[in-house]
Amino acid sequence: MTEIPEHLRKRAEAAKAKAQGEAAPSAGDAAPAAAASGDDKIPSHLLDRGTAAADQPAPSAGSAGGGLAAPAGSSGPDGHNQRLLTVVKSGSIQDTKATPQDKVHVWPHLLLAEFLAALAVTLFTLLFSIFVNAPLLELADFNKTPNPSKAPWYFLGLQELLTMFHPMVAGVTIPGIGLIVLVMAPYMDKNPSKRPEDRKFAISLMTVHLMFWSVLVMIGSFFRGPGFNFIFPWNSGLFFEL
Amino acid sequence: MADDKKPAGQALQEQLGQLTEQVQGSQAWSSIFRPGSIFRKGYNDSPRNRSYVIMNSVLYHLHPVKVKRHAVKVSYTLCLGGLSFFLFILLTVTGIFLMFFYRPTAAQAWDDIQTLQTAVGFGLLVRNMHRWAAHLMVLSVFLHMARVFYHGAYKPPREFNWVIGVMLLQFTLLLSFTGYLLPWDQLALWAVTVGTNMMGFTPVFGEQVRFVLLGGVEIGTDTLLRWYTLHVLMLPFVVVIFMAIHFWRVRKDGGISGPL
Ligand code: HEM
Repeated sequence: MTEIPEHLRKRAEAAKAKAQGEAAPSAGDAAPAAAASGDDKIPSHLLDRGTAAADQPAPSAGSAGGGLAAPAGSSGPDGHNQRLLTVVKSGSIQDTKATPQDKVHVWPHLLLAEFLAALAVTLFTLLFSIFVNAPLLELADFNKTPNPSKAPWYFLGLQELLTMFHPMVAGVTIPGIGLIVLVMAPYMDKNPSKRPEDRKFAISLMTVHLMFWSVLVMIGSFFRGPGFNFIFPWNSGLFFEL
Repeated sequence: MADDKKPAGQALQEQLGQLTEQVQGSQAWSSIFRPGSIFRKGYNDSPRNRSYVIMNSVLYHLHPVKVKRHAVKVSYTLCLGGLSFFLFILLTVTGIFLMFFYRPTAAQAWDDIQTLQTAVGFGLLVRNMHRWAAHLMVLSVFLHMARVFYHGAYKPPREFNWVIGVMLLQFTLLLSFTGYLLPWDQLALWAVTVGTNMMGFTPVFGEQVRFVLLGGVEIGTDTLLRWYTLHVLMLPFVVVIFMAIHFWRVRKDGGISGPL
């Protein structure tokens, strides 16, 4: 059920009352009768007056009622006295959607899911933190360079590139291009379809992009030992801190 | 029956009920909770009350009252955007706790962390949570980006929100990276040395970029102060603004993208 907002309902009621109130003085004593006759589309006394107005001079109708009675000049053929004020196109006030959307309330349907997800992550973080401590190595010492020295894990892809290319290429050109392509993706991908089968190229490209960085990060994290040389963690052990 | 002494539990319950009524009838109560609030008139499950839950809460008001049915499917968003946001909140809370016990100078930082872990109640636990949640957030933002891409959710009208998102990804990385230095241990110092050396390769003003980042030609106590301020104040401030735009755009673009 749709609810009509309180203030709109009041306004509509006030307007209705006003319209009835305005009809009353022009009809004089006949008002209760008109209300009583109820179902008739146009109360008979108004109909009479309408046809009369077509014949009579204007002042008699206008001054007596002072209400809705139309000026004589405006009545149309056959004594009809409605005037067209404006045409309200459908859709301009009420937005009639061509396809009604299937919607659900955020509470409880979405909030509950969010709450549970938040709870799960909190629990996971809490439990993990009880059993695994964050690293705290010795005090920083400029004279003791650890071997290997590694960047935080999310930059290990970059560090890995540094072993292969000139710093300018590894540190600026490749990540720069990667980032620009990422930002520009919505403006370069002109394919309007969102269906996977229509976007094989975009999906392949992104997958290669993501895999590229993931694999580099993995190698940098687990397969690099002293001197940032290639190692196998199962032979030489892990050189990785979070 | 009326003369019988009521069981203690029942009497207590009645008193509690009376108290509740008094409190909820008081002027203080009604001036705090808006007319229509479920705290005033109780909650029973009706469409109207379901709407009020959202409309009468500044927090839930981030959401519309209703969303498309498919939008609440966990299998669509995998909750990843929401979880990134939640991890950010968790990090803020635990981070504020850490701030009470930490001074960002080369002489004090490491000792403060050491003391926090050994002498402060829950210090170790909260530090652990802060660290693991940070790594988790980098991961979840990354995965969120991937899911958005594979759904083609960056396509019109959501192009700009994708751009905001890429900004958020970079700020998330920066937040994590600036935090990395703060414990001032060997791991922090050398990870940041490696990281900032890479930034020195920025073309044309590489040296200047590095200088501004470090607050000097090499890492020292000035760097620590600078990164601390970035980490606890400036970056969170910027991230919150970008998140506000991000969430606002999700709604302005017509809620999250449709079923595939
Ligand atoms: C701090 C990081 C971020 C937070 C807290 C965040 C939060 C959110 C949330 C809560 C949503 C609603 C839908 C959902 O949960 O999936 C969303 C949607 C979206 N996000 Fe993010 N986001 C972040 C980073 C990003 C990144 C890195 C990108 C892309 C590069 C991105 C692009 C988008 C887009 C395009 C949407 C609309 C998705 C749709 O309509 O299906 N966001 N984000």
